[in-house]
Amino acid sequence: MATAVKVGKMQAQLDAVARRRKRQHREQTIVSWTLRAAAAISIFTTVGIVIILVAQSIGFFAEVSVWDFLTGTEWAPLFSPQKFGVLSLVGGTLLVAVIAGVVSLTLGLGAAIFLSEYAPERLRRILKPILEVLAGIPTVVYGYFALTFVTPILQNIFGHDQVIVFNALSAGLVMGLMIMPMVSTLSEDAMVAVPRSLRDAAYALGATRFEVSTKVVIPAALSGIVASFILAVSRAIGETMIVKIAAGATPNLTLNPLESIQAMTAYIVQVSLGETPQGSLEYKTIFAVGLLLFVMTLAMNIVGRWVISRFRQVYE
Amino acid sequence: MNKSDTSSVSHNRSHRFRVIRDQMFFTTFVAAVIVGILGLASLLIDVLIDGLPFIDWPFLSSYASRKPLESGILAPLAGTVWVVAMTALLTIPIGVGTAIYLEEFAAKNRINRMIELNIANLAGVPSVIYGLLGLAVFVQFLFNGSRNVTAGALTMTLLILPIVVIASQEAIKAVPSSYRDAGYAMGANKWQVVKAIVLPQALPGMMSGIILALSRAIGESAPILIISSLVWVTFVPTTPDSKFTVLPLQIFTWVSQPQHEFRGIAAAGIIVLLLVLLSMNAAAIWIRSKYQVRPDQ
Repeated sequence: MATAVKVGKMQAQLDAVARRRKRQHREQTIVSWTLRAAAAISIFTTVGIVIILVAQSIGFFAEVSVWDFLTGTEWAPLFSPQKFGVLSLVGGTLLVAVIAGVVSLTLGLGAAIFLSEYAPERLRRILKPILEVLAGIPTVVYGYFALTFVTPILQNIFGHDQVIVFNALSAGLVMGLMIMPMVSTLSEDAMVAVPRSLRDAAYALGATRFEVSTKVVIPAALSGIVASFILAVSRAIGETMIVKIAAGATPNLTLNPLESIQAMTAYIVQVSLGETPQGSLEYKTIFAVGLLLFVMTLAMNIVGRWVISRFRQVYE
Repeated sequence: MNKSDTSSVSHNRSHRFRVIRDQMFFTTFVAAVIVGILGLASLLIDVLIDGLPFIDWPFLSSYASRKPLESGILAPLAGTVWVVAMTALLTIPIGVGTAIYLEEFAAKNRINRMIELNIANLAGVPSVIYGLLGLAVFVQFLFNGSRNVTAGALTMTLLILPIVVIASQEAIKAVPSSYRDAGYAMGANKWQVVKAIVLPQALPGMMSGIILALSRAIGESAPILIISSLVWVTFVPTTPDSKFTVLPLQIFTWVSQPQHEFRGIAAAGIIVLLLVLLSMNAAAIWIRSKYQVRPDQ
């Protein structure tokens, strides 16, 4: 009799455990699907971007041939006769990006070599965060800085008649300063990863620090340095506010950095600020330019990451 | 004898050359760092000199005006608070949820590798493209042409989501697997382990990542410029479907004014913006240093 009661109690306990297990399992299933839905949002974002850009661009390319768009050198969608040669916008973007790339590579690589090969640990820990502050400053502030500080200096150097108030050089220089910490941080990470023993071997042969840096460390860290540079230039191509504020609104295919230009991003912003009616050809141009911009930066980012993974030296 | 003499001389000369070259390049590398720091310093000093005279209580408590001296930043300040608060409400659950899914629940298969790759790519998409997405999807499709705070916050959410996900993933990865094993050994299931062990441990790292992402959202102008267009907003947004402006956008508006007096006001706005960002970054660093206990140390 007593045994039967005991067995019954145990059975009840087992049932309770099983019920709790079941409830917990159900809870986990619900949570798992909720989390999956959250992860799916990133996919929807990409799909959304591609669909929006492509759909609007299809409308644009129904009226303007892709060939004229990609090879024309005059951009005047708001005047008649309308011209849709995107090369003058691409040229403006690339002119600024090349200047920014040169500045950021020079400063960023120099700083990375100093921080990783020369600076004592203590100094490194002070300097690195200071340089990284540069990456956290909003781009509209850089735009202000370019227009009100750098441009007047350039005008004093090259002459006011040579330098237009809105010019590619000022925007490029300031953008180079902005992306410098990207180059220096990523390059330095790559250089720090080069094992001590390689340096010691070179020092033992009597190499100077410069020789160790340029003949041992930089070659070993080259993939990281190249990737940091590609990613930084991609960032420069997609940057909006500096070029909008400081580089001008004149589509202009030129190599003279003292002239006024218009970057792709600046054009997109300019049109969306205006009273361009939705659905008009002018309105669709910003999506066509946006699609080109998206493809350019995506390609550079993919190449940058590919360089990192493909050429990464793995040291024991 | 003679031969070895000349070689020793040339060796000395080349040695001296190498040492001089070493010194020269040392100077170059130091110069690179100094130029970077000088750039930062001149930017800050330029802004402070231009803007400080304009910072006073009326500047913080009044609306934008056609007259520079009567202009204030109340509307963009309130707009920034609105956008950031709504963005945080949306981004934190979605971003942390995605990170938990990818790190703890997802099988390491092709689909989930694709999601991770996709997030990395999204992090590199120019912000102006997010503006176009927000304009087409949120403003025109969802809100029927209304350029409201919600559209701005939704766009910002998509923009900073990759940053939040990547930072949260890093924080989750830093939790040692032995902690999880201890949970499983007690009979906990996956969700219980995540809820009771992984999340509390990863929280400080996630928090500082989230704060840094939100400060990115505060400083970002291009997407908001496209979403809200250029408007002289002279009111504080009261509902999620109010029109709005944000600090960087107001600064841009002032910088673009032809009258020079507006530059001082723009600089004053920049000072306020930088102070907001500085305090957020300080908070992120403080949280990280206060709560981050390095396991196994």
